[in-house]
Amino acid sequence: MANVLDDRRYAESHEWVKIDGDIATIGISDYAQHALGDIVYVDMPEVGDEMSAGDVFGAVESVKAASDLICPVSGEVVEINEELEDAPEKVNADAFNTWIIKVRISDASEYDALLDAAAYTELCENE
Amino acid sequence: MLERIGVNSVDDLYTDVPQEVIFKGEYDLPEGMSEIELREWFDKLGARNRSLTVFGGQGAYDHYSPAVIPQLLSRSEFYTAYTPYQPEISQGTLQYIFEYQSMISELTGLEATNASMYDGATATAEAAFMMVASARKRNAVLLSATLAPRVAEVVRTYAKFHGVEIREIPEKDGVTDLEALASMVAAGDVAGVILPQPNKYGIIEDFTGVADIIHAQKALFAINADPSALAVLRSPAEWGADIACGDGQPLGMPLMFGGPYLGFMSCGKANLRKMPGRVVGATKDASGNRCFVLTLQAREQHIRREKATSNICSNQSLMALYATIYIALMGEKGLREVNLLSANGAHYLYNRLIETGKFTPAFDKPFLKEFTVRTDLDMAKINRRLADNGIMGGIELGNGLVSFAVTEKRTKDEIDRLITLMLED
Amino acid sequence: MKNYDKLIFELSRPGRKGYQLPADKFDTDGFAAIPADLLRKEMPELPEVSELDVVRHYTNISNKNFGVDTGFYPLGSCTMKYNPKINEEISAMPQFAGLHPLQDAETAQGALEVYYNLQKALASLSGLAEFTLNPYAGAHGELTGLMVMRQYHASRGDHKRAKVIVPDTAHGTNPASAMVAGLEVVEVKSKPNGSIDIEDLKPLLDDTVAGIMMTNPNTVGMFETEILEIADLVHKAGGLLYYDGANLNPLLGKVRPGDMGFDIMHINLHKTFSTPHGGGGPGSGPVGVAEHLVEFLPNPRVRIADDGKFYVDADDRSLGSVSTFFGNFGVMLRAYAYILTLGRDNIVNVGPMATLNANYIKESLKDLYKLPIDGVCKHEFVFDGLADKSTGVTTLNVAKRLLDFGFHAPTIYFPLLFHESMMIEPTETESLETLDEFIDVMRKVAEEAKTNPDLLKQAPLTTIISHPDETSAAKNPILTYKALKEA
Repeated sequence: MANVLDDRRYAESHEWVKIDGDIATIGISDYAQHALGDIVYVDMPEVGDEMSAGDVFGAVESVKAASDLICPVSGEVVEINEELEDAPEKVNADAFNTWIIKVRISDASEYDALLDAAAYTELCENE
Repeated sequence: MLERIGVNSVDDLYTDVPQEVIFKGEYDLPEGMSEIELREWFDKLGARNRSLTVFGGQGAYDHYSPAVIPQLLSRSEFYTAYTPYQPEISQGTLQYIFEYQSMISELTGLEATNASMYDGATATAEAAFMMVASARKRNAVLLSATLAPRVAEVVRTYAKFHGVEIREIPEKDGVTDLEALASMVAAGDVAGVILPQPNKYGIIEDFTGVADIIHAQKALFAINADPSALAVLRSPAEWGADIACGDGQPLGMPLMFGGPYLGFMSCGKANLRKMPGRVVGATKDASGNRCFVLTLQAREQHIRREKATSNICSNQSLMALYATIYIALMGEKGLREVNLLSANGAHYLYNRLIETGKFTPAFDKPFLKEFTVRTDLDMAKINRRLADNGIMGGIELGNGLVSFAVTEKRTKDEIDRLITLMLED
Repeated sequence: MKNYDKLIFELSRPGRKGYQLPADKFDTDGFAAIPADLLRKEMPELPEVSELDVVRHYTNISNKNFGVDTGFYPLGSCTMKYNPKINEEISAMPQFAGLHPLQDAETAQGALEVYYNLQKALASLSGLAEFTLNPYAGAHGELTGLMVMRQYHASRGDHKRAKVIVPDTAHGTNPASAMVAGLEVVEVKSKPNGSIDIEDLKPLLDDTVAGIMMTNPNTVGMFETEILEIADLVHKAGGLLYYDGANLNPLLGKVRPGDMGFDIMHINLHKTFSTPHGGGGPGSGPVGVAEHLVEFLPNPRVRIADDGKFYVDADDRSLGSVSTFFGNFGVMLRAYAYILTLGRDNIVNVGPMATLNANYIKESLKDLYKLPIDGVCKHEFVFDGLADKSTGVTTLNVAKRLLDFGFHAPTIYFPLLFHESMMIEPTETESLETLDEFIDVMRKVAEEAKTNPDLLKQAPLTTIISHPDETSAAKNPILTYKALKEA
């Protein structure tokens, strides 16, 4: 069974969000990376792009699958993980320590509405 | 067989079909034919066509096609294969597509080329969509008025339904009005600009500074080019273009009443993942042998469904093999020679037409194999007379403009005869 | 035989050439007037090879391919039937191959007649009013057909209709085509047997629906028995029915899409009408429509005048153009020759014989392979992998093992309805002996799964390459010879 950490929250579309002040760091869960298999490409937005919660901000691709990345919170993209351009396999190796984008959030309540580790674990078990 | 299936008759295999939709009438077709009868049927049809000495172009050029190509294309290991989804038994197809991609990339100067698309017009429409997809929130594409009208019409049709706005950059003296381009691209919602090389008049356009103007507005630059001419002309990469597209027909492909040809598309590394269509890549197998596979498939419709960048799920594979063998035979020198012989013939015809006094230059601009002149003559009448004498004359573009194309196949005698016949009466 | 592994670029030797052109006879320098700025600086690096180099090279790489002429190709949904050779001969006739698409109609009457007669034949065979032959492929036909749909609604001022209903089992091309045509995709659920769930469809049908895209038989090869009711519901809601011709083969000569209530359809000439697949194309995807939609078909149109002469026309009510000229004319010649060979007397056997062959294989293997949907299928059927799941042998393993036995693999992992889908379509052109041989091999593989599962997991064992590294190909794409040299 895939790993779930309780220091962050989760979206139903399998992104994790960690909050530090008004900056949300976003990646995909261990469950998601496992389901996708070998990740060969991570498509990311540009710094400065405005996101609303629910917007597609990129995609992760494996050889025979692709999955949209959905932004769980609203705000401005302040940083993208450029390392992933050359080393997308880092997401497979350590999904929880490999962030994809950082967003300056405009509405903190969106974070609170996300799933906690227990709820997310349940979601994964039912999939 | 019926016994194993457990039915009494073949009709029993259709008992699930509502009776009222089983066809009980007679099809409006002749009775079946033997090969002898079939040949006779097509001989009769063929006799109703006239093989002409071609002086028209406008997207289809009567270039020389080497005898080797149809011989190799008729190997049924190539033409009866399906899409190379099983790489272990499709290395032949995958390898020639890789060679094709390599050759087209050499001609366009851009790093990546897809496995080919339907034709030059649809490839150009796909280029427009690709630019819009890359730009995300921008939704307008600029087309030069000098782009071939048949290509522009397809781009407009695709765009109309897809919800992309097409704006036309006006022409000035037979080429794209670059001042208009500069102001139009600054509108803020322009995803990209598509310019032709050579253009619909056959003119080689000068794109000096154009890439900078377009890129300064964060828009993309695509060139619709004649791939044969790219052996000589400054390449899309050398002009600073992000995308090159066009029709492969000038690479010696038979005219075949309009198809099959192929559409090509190349782009730089930065836009690779937004490029539609199949792509073949090199890799290694379990024993370390070099081999080829379809790759970057996560962009494609069978995986992305409605989120794919395009709905294309095939290529003009056999025509890509055609282009590959053609380019292999000709090489850089052969392609250069084809361009030179064509341009020599075209300039000879151009000079002869102007000398008659019945034709005047439409524009004073450089050209290769195709050019446009102006005349008051009744071209429809002249073309009928030419056709009666086995010649396809110039193509009318409206407003007294006539377009001629001369390839390396045309001889001096043919051109002299064309002139004589045109001036009769 | 030694594995030939060169690229054409690797045969290149400076100064070698493979062409012959006439000497220049003009006293004009065609390049003289071209400013240097407009000429290439960096020359393309293309092979320099002799004619014999080229001939040997491509002959050798052709040997690394599998085609219908090599062996049985039970590829579900692809209709890999035999491509009769007379059709190749006819498509190469110089009386057709030399025609310029813009030469005067008067001088191309034979070609225009081929176009006109073929579209009439397709109309008769499918129960629709008229066809355009301009679309280049099945996906292109889908796009064109959806454009017809939108143009029709727009012509009535009915601009709300921006959705198209697509079954959740549909091939990915359907939703992708809808996206390109600017339509929003709404999925309708399928029942466990793969057919459309009418109860799920009903609430979707409102005045924002442009139409529905369907195949029949559906994606699992079963006839949609409720098609007349579906057609009625969609029509009453103001929508149109689109028939994806991917699965037309079992109906050819037996059932016409127009008679089932479809308004628009495309046909894959490279499936149902025996034109070769060409390693991925060129195909041809004619689009047919019912009478009330004829005016919206794309330009150019080929019409017949009262005096029997054919002419090229453009209709301003048309959706526009989807091709530079008339489409893949060379493919049309082949399809027309195929139809004429069979004629009205033999074409009625195509669908039934394809259906017979599919059912024969299904019944011969269903004890060893899991048949999730039992009953009479049409031209194809789906197994959900091996019946015995305890061996760990997957559909992929079985497919790859078939390559060792000289068969092409079936379509695998589609439809998505089942985890281990294996879709088999034999077509009508295969003999009983070939079917039996395939059945024997499939049974042998099922036996191997029990006795030697590890062998199957390593398959294929006899092909020139095995287990290519697709992950590194996608991660670090090497797409040209230049990139390969630098890698």
